[in-house]
Amino acid sequence: MKQTFLKILTLFFVAYTSAQNVDVSGNVQDNTGFPIPGVNVLVKNTSKGAVTDFDGNFTVTNVEVGATLTFSYIGYVTKEVVVTNAANLTIQLEEDLAQLDEVVVIGYGTQTKKEITGAVSVVGSETIEALNPQRVEQALQGQVAGVNITTNSGTPGGGSTISIRGVSTNGDSRPLILVDGNVVEDLSVINPNDIESMNILKDATAGIYGVRAANGVILITTKTGRKEMPLTIQYDAYAGFQQTTRKMPVLNASEYAVIVNEAYAAGGSTPPFSDISNLGVGTDWQDEIFQTAPIQNHNITFSAGKEKSSYSYSGSFLTQDGIVGGGKSNFTRFTNRLSYNLDFLENFKFKSGVTLTRTNKNNLPESSLGSVLFNALNMAPNLPVRDANGAFTLADGLGGEVINPQAQIANEYNRNKTMKLNGFAGLSYNFLDHFTAEANIQFNYAEVDSYLFLPIDFYGVGKVQNTQTSEVTENFDIYRDYTFDAFINYQNTFNDVHKLTVLLGTSVFKTTGVFSGRKAFDILNNDPANARVDLAFREEDRFRALGRNPKFDGRLLSYFTRLQYDYKGKYLLSAVIRRDGSSRFGPENKFGYFPSGSIGWIASDEGFMENNNFFDLLKFRASYGILGNDRIGDFRFVSLLNGEGTYFFGGTDLENEVIGKASGPIANPEIRWEKQKTLDIGVDMRILNNKVDITADYFKRTTEDLLVSPQISGLLGTGAPPFVNAGIVENTGIEFAIGYSDNLSDDFRFSIKYNVTAIKNEVISVSGDGEFLEGGQFGISQPAISRMEAGFPLGYFAGYQTDGIFQNQTEINNSAVTNVAAQPGDLKFVDQNGDGVIDLDDRVDLGNPLPDATMGFNLTFDYKNWDFGAFLFASIGNDIVRNYERNQQLVNKPIAYLNRWTGEGSTNTDPRVSIGATSNTVFSDYYVEDGSFVRLQNAQLGYTFNNNDGKVQKLRVYLSGQNLFTLTKYSGYDPTAGTGAPIGGGVDQGFYPSARTILLGINLKF
Amino acid sequence: MKNLKIIYILFIGLTVFSCGDDFVDVDSEDENSEAFFNTEKDYQDALVAAYDYLQTTSKFVQFAEIASDNALCGGESATDSPYIQQIDDMIHSPIGQGDGGLLTMWQWMYEAVNRCNYIMEFQNNLEEFPSKTSVLAQTRFLRAYYNFILVKWWGDVPMLVDQRIQFGDQFEIDRTSRDKVYDQIRKDLIFAADNLPYVQNETGRVTKGAAQALLGKVYLYWAEQDWSDSSLEYVPSNQEKFELAATVLEDLINNGPHRLLTTAEYPDMFERYNENNDESVFEIQYSDIDGGSFDCFQCLEGNYASYFNGPRGFIDSQEKFDAGYSFNVITQEAVDAFEPGDLRYETSILDINQYIADNPGSSYDASAGYEQTGYFNRKILARLGDLNIGDAALTNPDNYRAIRYADVLLMAAEALNRGSISDARARDYLNEVRNRALLDDVTTSGNNLTNDILKERRVELVGEGHRFFDLVRTGRAAQEIPGFQAGKHELFPIPFEEILLTGNRWDNNPGY
Repeated sequence: MKQTFLKILTLFFVAYTSAQNVDVSGNVQDNTGFPIPGVNVLVKNTSKGAVTDFDGNFTVTNVEVGATLTFSYIGYVTKEVVVTNAANLTIQLEEDLAQLDEVVVIGYGTQTKKEITGAVSVVGSETIEALNPQRVEQALQGQVAGVNITTNSGTPGGGSTISIRGVSTNGDSRPLILVDGNVVEDLSVINPNDIESMNILKDATAGIYGVRAANGVILITTKTGRKEMPLTIQYDAYAGFQQTTRKMPVLNASEYAVIVNEAYAAGGSTPPFSDISNLGVGTDWQDEIFQTAPIQNHNITFSAGKEKSSYSYSGSFLTQDGIVGGGKSNFTRFTNRLSYNLDFLENFKFKSGVTLTRTNKNNLPESSLGSVLFNALNMAPNLPVRDANGAFTLADGLGGEVINPQAQIANEYNRNKTMKLNGFAGLSYNFLDHFTAEANIQFNYAEVDSYLFLPIDFYGVGKVQNTQTSEVTENFDIYRDYTFDAFINYQNTFNDVHKLTVLLGTSVFKTTGVFSGRKAFDILNNDPANARVDLAFREEDRFRALGRNPKFDGRLLSYFTRLQYDYKGKYLLSAVIRRDGSSRFGPENKFGYFPSGSIGWIASDEGFMENNNFFDLLKFRASYGILGNDRIGDFRFVSLLNGEGTYFFGGTDLENEVIGKASGPIANPEIRWEKQKTLDIGVDMRILNNKVDITADYFKRTTEDLLVSPQISGLLGTGAPPFVNAGIVENTGIEFAIGYSDNLSDDFRFSIKYNVTAIKNEVISVSGDGEFLEGGQFGISQPAISRMEAGFPLGYFAGYQTDGIFQNQTEINNSAVTNVAAQPGDLKFVDQNGDGVIDLDDRVDLGNPLPDATMGFNLTFDYKNWDFGAFLFASIGNDIVRNYERNQQLVNKPIAYLNRWTGEGSTNTDPRVSIGATSNTVFSDYYVEDGSFVRLQNAQLGYTFNNNDGKVQKLRVYLSGQNLFTLTKYSGYDPTAGTGAPIGGGVDQGFYPSARTILLGINLKF
Repeated sequence: MKNLKIIYILFIGLTVFSCGDDFVDVDSEDENSEAFFNTEKDYQDALVAAYDYLQTTSKFVQFAEIASDNALCGGESATDSPYIQQIDDMIHSPIGQGDGGLLTMWQWMYEAVNRCNYIMEFQNNLEEFPSKTSVLAQTRFLRAYYNFILVKWWGDVPMLVDQRIQFGDQFEIDRTSRDKVYDQIRKDLIFAADNLPYVQNETGRVTKGAAQALLGKVYLYWAEQDWSDSSLEYVPSNQEKFELAATVLEDLINNGPHRLLTTAEYPDMFERYNENNDESVFEIQYSDIDGGSFDCFQCLEGNYASYFNGPRGFIDSQEKFDAGYSFNVITQEAVDAFEPGDLRYETSILDINQYIADNPGSSYDASAGYEQTGYFNRKILARLGDLNIGDAALTNPDNYRAIRYADVLLMAAEALNRGSISDARARDYLNEVRNRALLDDVTTSGNNLTNDILKERRVELVGEGHRFFDLVRTGRAAQEIPGFQAGKHELFPIPFEEILLTGNRWDNNPGY
C-alpha cells in the first residue's frame, strides 16, 4: 500500500516536472498481419485513449513519454507498450488461446471460465464458421464431448435429435435450448451465422434452469454490435452442390428375374419370367431418383457502436435442394435479425433483439414404408420409368405400398411455410454498488402454414397411394410463447478474499397456440394451379370430426436462488435451489423443488504449486443435483372428452353425421415430476504454457420417477396410454477432451482437438418386475422389436438368435421350429429355453442403437495466408436394424440375395428365397448390423488475401467439403441417421442419407 | 438502515415481477369427463360415441367369415396380415395379434363397452330428462352387442357392470364366467326390448326389434353350452333357452314391422340404395363423407371390409364394382352349398370369371393375390360411385346388415325345432325363406329339420359373418373346418400381451 502510494507520487512528480509529451500513432494487427479495428487503446491509469479504425490505425495525442499504453480486444491477449518516443508503432496482438478470462453464460449470469465449477462446454463462432452448417445441430456434432446428434433425415432442413450424456428417458430427452434466453424447439429457423457462442450445460449446474434442465441445457448467444465500434460490414456466402454418399447395391433386371423365378418355384408357383435372356440390367431406380442438388447461402451483417449504444443487423438467405426430388424437397430460409443495446446511464442498461425468420420446406415421403427411397429400392428393375406412351410405369404386382418413385415425386405437393418472429428485451439496473436488478422478456410468435394437395392419381392396382378423389388441405397453426425473468444479483468481496454472489429470481413461461385447418375436394381439372381450398368443393374444417378444441395453453412458474462463493478464487462453491410449478401436473403435484450444488478447487493457484512449470491450470470440480422434467404434453392428469366418437343417424350423408363425446387419452391424476439425479466429477487442466488443454469428466445420471407411457391393457380401451412415473434409467459415462494448439513459427499455427465420450446405459427398472415397454416397427404385422427392460440398455432389440441355415430336413427334424413349417434353406433359430419350440420366449438381446463411444477429432492449421481445417467424428458400437425391404414376391432385393442358400452346403448365412410363408422374415439377428462408423464430416481449405487497398478488412475464399467419406460396415444408406426415438430408434426404414456437399465460399469484411 | 432499504427493494422487486401459484392452474377447453352429464345433450353426445364402435365390428365379421369354411383369407401373399392367414389355417396363437389382430379387436370392444358403461355409471347424474329411458335402453343394447362379441370370441371375459374399467383396475379384474356375461346381456336386451319402439325416427337407432332379435340369438348361443355358474341365482336350462328364444323371436315375427324382401326385391338387398330396408332388423351405418387412414382404424366412418374383399385389379365395364385387396375369398365348397336355381347365389357370390365373360371389357388381375378361388363375397364388396375420399380403400359407405329378418326366421325355426316346440312352425319359417329364394319347401322334421335349417343358414347368410359361430355353437366346427381342433378353436386366444399387461393372472383359453 505504501509502496503503491510512493509510485503514484513519483509518477505525478515526473509528470509534473518533465512533462515531455508526444503524439503516438500506429497500427494494430493480428499475428497474421491483418489490421484489427475496434481495439481499445488506453493510456494506463488515465481515461485518455482511442479506438482503432477500419484499418487498425490509431492516434493518441499528448501522451507522456514513459506512460504505458494498453491494447485490449476480446479474444486477444492484452498488450502493454511503454511510450518512448513519437514513433509510429506497429502492435501485434496475440490471440488469447487460453481464454481463462473468457466469460461464459451460465444462466441468469456469467462467470469466467476459470470460476466455473460445472461441466460446461463452449462452441464459439469460429467453429461455426469453420463448419458452415446449414443447421445449428451440425455445429454440435462431435465438437463437444457428451453431446450426441442423430440426424433424423438428410433432407434439406431435416431435423436432428440432440442428446446430452445419453438417453435418460423413453420420453422426450431433448435438452432445453435457449437462444438469448428464448426457448426454441425448432432449430431449423436459426441462422448459424448469427451465433456468437453456444454453451452446453451438461451437469447439475444446469439446475438453475430446474424444471426443464434434466436433459441438459444449450444456451445460444447471438452476435451483437460493440460499443465504440465503427460500422463494419461483413458478407459471407457459399454455394455448391450436394450428392448422395451412397447407392445401395440392389439386383439388376437379370439377377432380379433369376431370384424371383426361384422364389416362385420354391413357393410352388409358376415362375413369372419365362425368358430372362433379354432383360439386361434394366432400370437403376436409385440413379433415377438421386440427383446433384444445388445449395447456396448468403449472409450480410452490419454492426456498429457509439459511446453508449451498439447495434447490428444481419440478413441471410439459404436455399437448398434435395438430393432426392431436387426442388420437391427444397428448403429455403430467410432470416433478419436486429439487435440494439443502449446504456441509458452507466448503471442502467437496455438490450434488445428481434429476429424475423421465414422458411419454406417442400416435403417428400421419407424414412418410412412407402417413402421415395423405399420405392427406389423395391421397385422392379425390369420396369422402365415410363411406358411406351410416355406415362409413368405402373408398379403392378409389387404389393400395396411400392410405387414408381418418379411418379411419386411428380405428384407430390406438400410444403410447410413458417413465419417466426422472436425477440427479447431486457433492462438491468446497477444500484448500491453491489446490486444488479435485471428483467428480461423473451417472446416467440410463429405461424406455420402447411399445404398438401393430393391429385387424382393411379400408381397401379391396389396401391394405398392411389387417389380417386383429389383433395387439398390448408392448415394454419399459431404458436406463441413468452418467458419473463426477473432477478436481483448481489455481489461483494469481503476482506479481499471472500467473494460472494447471491441471486434471487423468478421466471414465468407461458405457451399458447391455436390450430386451424381446412380441407376440400374435387379440384378442378386435377390441376395444381386450382388446388386451393377456396376453389375446391365440400370444404370441411379440420377439427369438425375430431370434436376437440384446437387450442393449447401450458405454463411454468419458477422461483430460484443461487449462492456462489469463492475464497481467494481458489475454493469455489455454488448452490442452487429452484421451485418450479408446471401446469402439466395435477393440483397435488404441480410444484417441485430442485436443489443442486457444485464445488471447485483450483489447485494450480495453491502456494505449493506456485513453482511448478507444468500446470498452467489444474482445477478439480464436482457437482450434484436433482433436476426435473415435465415434457409430457398438457392435461395428462385429467381425463378429457376429446376422443373420437362419430356416428350417423337418419342416413349417412354429411347432414346425418353426429359428433359425440368420448374420452381421449387415458389420464393419470398421480403423475408428478420426473427427477434426474446427476453427479459429475471433473478435472480441467492446461499444461505446457497453455498449449494443451485437457478436460475429463466422470458422470452418473440416474433418472427416477421416469415419465413413461407404457403399453397398457386393452381393457382400458383405445385412448392413448397414460403417463406414469415408473422406472429408473442410469447413464454412467466418462468424457475426455484434449486440445493442443501451438505456433510453430510466425507463419505456421495449428491446433488439434479430440474428444471422446463413453456411456453405459442401463434400465434399472420399469414399472414392475419383468415388465417392459415396447416400440419399433419391423416389417408388417410383426411384434415390436425394441424394448425398455430392466437390466438392458434402453431400446435394445429383442429377437431370435440365428444359428446358420437349415441345410437339410434332418437338421430340421432335430431342431425346434416356429409355428410356420421350416424347410431346408431357412434360418435356424436358437431355442434359448430348450422347450422344443421357437416362440417369443426365445427372443434375446440382439444389440441396441446406443453407441458405446462417440468421438470427434478436429484439426486446423494456418500457414501464411492459407488455412485448413478438418473434422471427423465417429461412433462405435451402435447397432442398426435393416428394415427397408418390403418382402413381396415381385419387389427388388438387395444384392446380398445373390448369396442365398440354393442347396445343401451352399451357404450358412443367407436363407433361401421363396414367396411362400417362411419364418425368415421374422425379426432375428440376420437383420441386425453393426452401425459403427467414422466420418470425415468437414474439410476446408481457405486463402486469405493480403490487405492491399485498405478498404477491405478481410477477404477470404475457401473450398469446403462436408460429409466427404464414411467408413462403416453398415450396408444401408447412412449409419448416422436415425429417428432418435428412445424405444424404436436405430430401425432403418430407408433413411434419407446425409448429402455429400462441396461448397465454394467467401468471407468479406469491410 | 441501509440493509432495510435493500430488503425493501428486493421485496418490491420480487413482488412486482412474480406471479401467484395459481398461474399454473389452467383449465382445458375440453370438458372433464368426471364433470359431464349435466344436460340431456351430454347424454346424447356420449351415446353417439357408444354407437361409434359398431363400425369397428366389420373386422369381426370379416375374420369370422375367414375362420369358417365359407372363405379363405386371400390377400396379397402368404405373408399379408399373418394373423388372419393363421386364423384361416387354424394355426393362430396368442402371439402376433397386435397391430390389427385380435389384440386390437379386443381393445376396441373394451373401449366400446367402456363407452356404454360411462353413461351407465353416470345415469343418475341428471335425475330426469325426456329421453332418459330411451338413452339407457339404447346404451344397454349397445353394451349387450359388444359384450356378446366378447363372449363369442373369448369366452370368459373381464366385465364390469355400470362402471368403466379405469386405469389401475386392469390389475384387479378377473375373467367373468360366460354364464354371467350372458346373463348380463340378457338383462340388458330385455330392458332394451321393453323400452324401445319398433320404429325409431332416425334410421341407425336401435329398435325394439333389434333388441328382440339379438336376445333370441343370444339364447341360441347360450343354449349349446354346458357351463353352469353356480353363483348365479338363475340360469335357464337349455330347453328354457330355446323356449325363451322362440318366444321373443316369434313376438318379433308377429308384432314387428319387418318382412322379407320379395323375390323381386331380393337382388338389391345389399345395394347402397337399399340400406335400412324392411328386412334389415339391425344395421350398422357407414359413410363415405370422411377420410381415413390405416393409422386409426377405429376412427374410420367407412367400412374397410368392402374394399378388402374385392378382386385385385378389377375393372368393371358395367361400372358397378370397385376393385379390392382380394381378402375373404369364397371357397368352392360354399359355392357348392347352393342348390340349383337358388336366387341368392348371384347376389351372394361374385364369380369373377363368369362376370367378366358376361360383361365384355371387364378384367381383373387373376395372377395377383394369394389363394384366389375366383369367388368373391358380393354382399360386402365395394361398389363404385362413392366419394372415394382418401384412403379410398377404407372409406366405403356400405352398411352392414347385422341382423336380417331372414336370420330372425331361421333362428325362430331353429329354436322351435331344437326346443321341440313346433317343427311345423319351424318348417313354415324355414320355407318362407326358401320360397323367397325360389326353392321348394322342405318337409323334414326332427334332426333332419335341424340339419336343413343349419344348411339354409349357411346359404342365406353366407359372407355375413355368422357361419363360424353357427358351426361352433352346434358342435359341428371340427368336422367342417380344416384344422379345427375341438376343445380349442371354439374360442380365440387372449393375446399374450393382454395377459402380461393385466398382471399375468389369467390362464389363456384351453389349448393356447
